[in-house]
Amino acid sequence: MRVALFITCVNDTLFPGTGKATVTLLRRLGVDVAFPRAQTCCGQMHVNTGYREEGVRLARHFAEVFGGYDAVVVPSGSCGAMVREQYPRLAPAATEEVVPKVYELSEFLIDVLGVTDVGAYYPHRVTYHPTCHSLRGLHLGDRPLRLLRNVRGLELVPLPGAEECCGFGGTFAVKNPAISAAMCADKVGNVMATGAQVLCAADNSCLMHIGGTLTRQKTGVKIMHLAEILAATEATEDAPAAATIERSAP
Amino acid sequence: MNARDQILARIRGAVTGAPDVEVPRDYRGATGPGPGAGTAEPRLIDLLAERLRDYRAIVHVVPEAEIASVVREALARRAAARLVVPDGLPSAWLRPPEGEAVPYETVPYETVRDDPELSAGDLDRVDGVITGCAAAIAETGTIVLDAGPGQGRRALTLLPDYHLCVVRADQVVAGVPDAVAVLVAERPLTWISGPSATSDIELDRVEGVHGPRTLEVVIST
Amino acid sequence: MSRTFLGMPGRALERGFPANAAAAVRDSQLRFNLRKATRTIRGKRASVVAELPDWEGLRQAGKSIKDHTLRNLDRYLLQLEGAVTAAGGHVHWARDADEANRIVAGLVKATGETEVVKVKSMATQEIGLNEALAAEGVTAYETDLAELIVQLGDDWPSHILVPAIHRNRAEIREIFRKRMGEWGRPAPEDLTDDPRALAEAARLHLRERFLSTKVAISGANFMIAETGTLVVLESEGNGRMCLTLPRTLISVVGIEKILPTWRDLEVFLQLLPRSSTGERMNPYTSTWTGATEGQEFHLVLLDNGRTDVLADEVGRQALRCIRCSACLNVCPVYERAGGHAYGSVYPGPIGAILTPQLRGMGSELDRSLPYASSLCGACYEVCPVAIDIPEVLVDLRAKARHPRAERLGMAAAGWIFNRPERLALAQRAGGRLRRFVPKRLPGPMSAWTDTRDIPDIPRESFRDWWDRTGGGQTGTEPRDGAAR
Ligand code: SF4
Repeated sequence: MRVALFITCVNDTLFPGTGKATVTLLRRLGVDVAFPRAQTCCGQMHVNTGYREEGVRLARHFAEVFGGYDAVVVPSGSCGAMVREQYPRLAPAATEEVVPKVYELSEFLIDVLGVTDVGAYYPHRVTYHPTCHSLRGLHLGDRPLRLLRNVRGLELVPLPGAEECCGFGGTFAVKNPAISAAMCADKVGNVMATGAQVLCAADNSCLMHIGGTLTRQKTGVKIMHLAEILAATEATEDAPAAATIERSAP
Repeated sequence: MNARDQILARIRGAVTGAPDVEVPRDYRGATGPGPGAGTAEPRLIDLLAERLRDYRAIVHVVPEAEIASVVREALARRAAARLVVPDGLPSAWLRPPEGEAVPYETVPYETVRDDPELSAGDLDRVDGVITGCAAAIAETGTIVLDAGPGQGRRALTLLPDYHLCVVRADQVVAGVPDAVAVLVAERPLTWISGPSATSDIELDRVEGVHGPRTLEVVIST
Repeated sequence: MSRTFLGMPGRALERGFPANAAAAVRDSQLRFNLRKATRTIRGKRASVVAELPDWEGLRQAGKSIKDHTLRNLDRYLLQLEGAVTAAGGHVHWARDADEANRIVAGLVKATGETEVVKVKSMATQEIGLNEALAAEGVTAYETDLAELIVQLGDDWPSHILVPAIHRNRAEIREIFRKRMGEWGRPAPEDLTDDPRALAEAARLHLRERFLSTKVAISGANFMIAETGTLVVLESEGNGRMCLTLPRTLISVVGIEKILPTWRDLEVFLQLLPRSSTGERMNPYTSTWTGATEGQEFHLVLLDNGRTDVLADEVGRQALRCIRCSACLNVCPVYERAGGHAYGSVYPGPIGAILTPQLRGMGSELDRSLPYASSLCGACYEVCPVAIDIPEVLVDLRAKARHPRAERLGMAAAGWIFNRPERLALAQRAGGRLRRFVPKRLPGPMSAWTDTRDIPDIPRESFRDWWDRTGGGQTGTEPRDGAAR
């Protein structure tokens, strides 16, 4: 099976650690993952802000880049949802072949590889935010939770109001800052109520938003992408700089 | 162009070329038995009673022979002195339990008939109304009146503050589709699910606004 | 497209949604009221919907019945007209708000009456009927409890189902005490803020009015083409009062409220109550066909921008809406912004797609409405007729005029994303400048940094790491604490 990694532009630029963790994890599970150099962005920002033409171009580009693979793994719920929900509307003919081959990371692990225990070790108290597009766009259901429950040492605490939006919404966070901040404040309140040390999600853009508030408020709660926790082992735990450094620490 | 033609032309212009769709009916449809098709299962009667009580209606489930005594007790408890009785209401429901044929005049309350038609003011001054119904829906706890015999016109069950309704077992259907199937569109229908209520203040349900504030239901088995 | 009137004051229309919403967010009483109310109803809805094993089947049927009806709307309207007329009713057609108001005012004046009672209807709010009647010397009395609160408080509705959702019990008591007397029977001296007492005050205030008023105005939830039957769902009994007691009944109904057959009600009488008030069934549903029990009956069929919506392939799904308000109740944006911020009688997610379509996107407010959403999808999930609100929002965003700075930024981003080499160059530039990015950004980006930190920009992008290390097979990590 020829497997490609679609890293997403946000991860590529701002969160390379998530990409590295995804590669580490997949290799550990015996998957030889390729990184097609020509990939850029799925087009979500453009389309959701009202710039459809650029979105159509990027959708076509995506189909060209990934067309030859059997599976495309995306460590992002919202980019995965963009491909699956919006490509068929934006560029149906060009993308119909590639769309069914795109998997969000937890889908790939569970539905394609058939594993729920990825051999991870992460001895911390973690709460999980399902993110809107993972939940209602991709319908990931409890896949990420099943993976987390099998991480040795990890204490998973339920997040109150988990299904509520964190208020990121791409350009929404900038166009409607007051509402976005109010939504985030509630999310942060719920995160704090869990007493978790780490907030995990399958989407770095939501984490960037919530995490930005968590650090601004000096809460000490870390954010971790699902891939990063699943990639962690006893070895990385012994070298904390590699896996659990707080993102905002300069 | 007049408004009618213009609106119709705009519609035609708007939908030309749009595909039509098939309607999937992938849900629980009418199952029967409908009214008259025999006696409803006890399960449905229990469900109807439970659902009505959820709306804070007062509910009695009794054998048919006991309707009159339950009605009498209910009216006594309510201290209803003047009661509207629509034409066609089975007289047995108002007869004393001994089973003797006693005319209306001898029962312990005054019955008022809607003939000649009572004014809204008259109806506002009576203590209550007793009716039958056209159908009752177990799943939703709904009673449907169709202004037929024993039910009267719509205002009769609206203005009095107390509505006592008798449901026969064979009028109870399982769900909404069953009721829609047996009801006649051309008749004016009133679907009643509990006493009048409002959730307009902080979305808190409060029973009793303009319609009858007390709904009492006698279901015969 | 001419500017369709949607019954809202100038106030909220002058600013865009973000400014309206920012003001609302600061109103802590409003936020408390809304949070409490929407959370209560969310829970109720969820539990009665979960009770039905065939909810998804009903939802798909509801969606398809509406789509089929819209596709054949001309035919069904004619069928309805025929059936209503045959049953002794009169049918009128109104292209816009003005025409509808003129028709209704004419009908009322023909009766010689100067007072009408009204049962809550979105269509008559939309066309501003009360104001139009007042200009003709006719007083319209709202009889729905929440509408009464709004009318007495000189206020505007902020929710489809519960127009006074922004008011709490203490505020309502004050409104009743101060204003009821001006409109009729005053509130009792010792009125408390117990919802029961408030409901009782409304009952007494309106009783006389119901018994004496000769003309009523209503809307309708559904109209059945096959039989000419109109259907109104309500809770309080004020609807029954209006539909039953007055000699003349005038119903103003949007042309999209039609259903082809009587049987179709079996779907909608399950979908609507559970989605709106979160009950298995609302206390009262009335159906009538033409002139009933000796009443004179007029039906005014209203377009007012609906045929424009119908012409839009993506946007027309908004016409499936049965005004249940489930999408408002789950919307995190509505919960914090309140209904007035939307500047239309249609607030919340459905308002964000319906208002700009009905009214066009000529104003700042109407252009900002499609962006009044984080696209979280909660509205689509609960909508009983499966309106894909996020899809329509995104589609409207593509049609809106965009600010110049944003256009330039998006064009630049598009240019970069079109070539992976450009993306790599931009990432390296960012990595080099990372130390110079301030904690608080200037200009529009300050909207982000006012409440949130921005993430550190890593020294090395993923793609450069991949190139340098052969995908992590060779080489070592750069010394970079932030990049994990
Ligand atoms: S859009 Fe859907 S959920 Fe919202 S009010 Fe209309 S029918 Fe209800």
